[in-house]
Amino acid sequence: MADTFDTKTIEHIARLAKLELTTEEKERFGQQFTQILEHMNTMNSVDTSDVVPTAQVNGLTNVFREDVATPSFSQEEVVRLAPESTNGYVKVRAVFGESDAEV
Amino acid sequence: MYESITTLHTKLKDRETTSTQLVEEAFAHIDAHDGAIGAYVHTYKEEALEKASDVDAQFASGDVTSKLAGIPFSLKDVFNVEGMETTGGSRILEGYTSAYTATAPARLLDAGAIPIGKVNNDSFGFGSSTENSDYGTTKNPWNTAKVPGGSSGGSAAAVAANMGVFSLAEDTGGSIRQPACFCSVTGLKVTYGRVSRYGTLAYASSLDTVGPIARSVEDVAIIMDAIAGNDPKDATTPKNAVPAYSAALSQRTDLKGLRIGVPKEFFATGSLDTDIHETVEQALDALIALGAERVDITLPNTAYGIAAYYIIALCEASSNLSRYDGIRFLSSFRDTNILDQIYVQTKSQGFNNEAKRRVMLGTYALSHGYYDAFFKKAQEIRTLMKQDYERAFSDVDLILAPVSPVLPFDIGSMSDDPLAMWLMDVFTLPINVAGVPSLAVPCGFSTSNLPIGMQLIGPQFSEELLLQTGHWYQQQTDWHTKEPTL
Repeated sequence: MADTFDTKTIEHIARLAKLELTTEEKERFGQQFTQILEHMNTMNSVDTSDVVPTAQVNGLTNVFREDVATPSFSQEEVVRLAPESTNGYVKVRAVFGESDAEV
Repeated sequence: MYESITTLHTKLKDRETTSTQLVEEAFAHIDAHDGAIGAYVHTYKEEALEKASDVDAQFASGDVTSKLAGIPFSLKDVFNVEGMETTGGSRILEGYTSAYTATAPARLLDAGAIPIGKVNNDSFGFGSSTENSDYGTTKNPWNTAKVPGGSSGGSAAAVAANMGVFSLAEDTGGSIRQPACFCSVTGLKVTYGRVSRYGTLAYASSLDTVGPIARSVEDVAIIMDAIAGNDPKDATTPKNAVPAYSAALSQRTDLKGLRIGVPKEFFATGSLDTDIHETVEQALDALIALGAERVDITLPNTAYGIAAYYIIALCEASSNLSRYDGIRFLSSFRDTNILDQIYVQTKSQGFNNEAKRRVMLGTYALSHGYYDAFFKKAQEIRTLMKQDYERAFSDVDLILAPVSPVLPFDIGSMSDDPLAMWLMDVFTLPINVAGVPSLAVPCGFSTSNLPIGMQLIGPQFSEELLLQTGHWYQQQTDWHTKEPTL
């Protein structure tokens, strides 16, 4: 099952990934992705119906610590690196606006 | 001329040299050669000299026991170090100054080592050639028309050219081993979780490892003594005991009875440059002459390693890179009043082609309807690969293999074919997928005088054995002492 990556598919993925691509990029990625996914599909020649997936390769699970508050960064330190801030808060632009064209 | 950390430490204690001198020497090499090599992205000479002077005062007034005290080193630009710029090799973080220091660097600083700067890498670890950095391409000191490997090409090149005694780097799919091999230096990819990743820019969280690149196994062991071990801030670091790596080097008196596995999938004729094949076989012969035993083995799921690795890595990367949203970590790409557009502009302008390609593929593979076919399938293959290695290690103590199927290649020669570039990592990727450790050591040169290396792969948490074996090899051979003509 090889997927073909036409412009519409590439645009859909770009939307999900919050990326805006040029026409040239869309074309180039389309070709490259088709090739790459063909290779990824080689995984299908292995029967894994009885295999449990491994997400964590050294076997650790549920690593807990005591629920005790310890010193962390000051609000100042954290906010200093944000591009926009005011009164110790990170500033964020409008979620909706006059020109919120469909991405 | 190569001088080990132990030698330098003795010289510092005997006041034959000072840390200030070592730092000055490192910067003299940077001034003389980094124009041609391009390893460093940021240097901190004043700060380094200040720290060196403090360490010198300690040497003058008393006994300094830490072997790393006063030793200058570099860091791949994926480690947060408070006060230093950390870009990950990407323009999306240009100008970002770290607010804190990552654990592994912090342990080196506590041991008195002197950080002299950040070195170049393929942005976010995406690459095997250090051509995908937004801050220029690093060249191989052995032949500046060739790549130094990647993604830790800056680290390997800096160490090979004596611009710093060692470097702290990171390996997700071969990023320590392959550049170490291409630059004729020694690098260790640790067991997943052996060294804390806290404060390291994440690429693929289930595959990333932090480790040293240095001129010898002996030096690597000293660095490991400082950085390995549990960190409460990284929940993937187990609490099991950390061996005393340096002390253990001399505990092995010979290699008698050491069973070395030779996996047929890594030596198939036609898949490997003939110079590399011959040179690695010679290294194996050298170990057998020291008493080891050769055992032919098979790792049957190796072929699926590339696909499984790239699916897991790209899916995890697409998630990890979504944090670069232009809200929390600086951003210059904000020509809009709409929040969503900030995300889009920041990422579209901040990520280079390779980063966009990987984020998009990862996003696709995780999207509705594809998760099972790709991500879940890759995790199932990971189980099979982990089992391949466990099965092999019931018959052998360690595995010997080449690191790269090709010699260091020409800069620019692989730019039009991303898939071809990815396929070159065939010998390094499976090791990350299985989560086992691997030590890359130089073992010779091609007829074209390009470096060749091999890797010693062991079961999880067997770094001690790998370091002992590698150290033995380096005591019988002198490949690791060779230096490029700059």
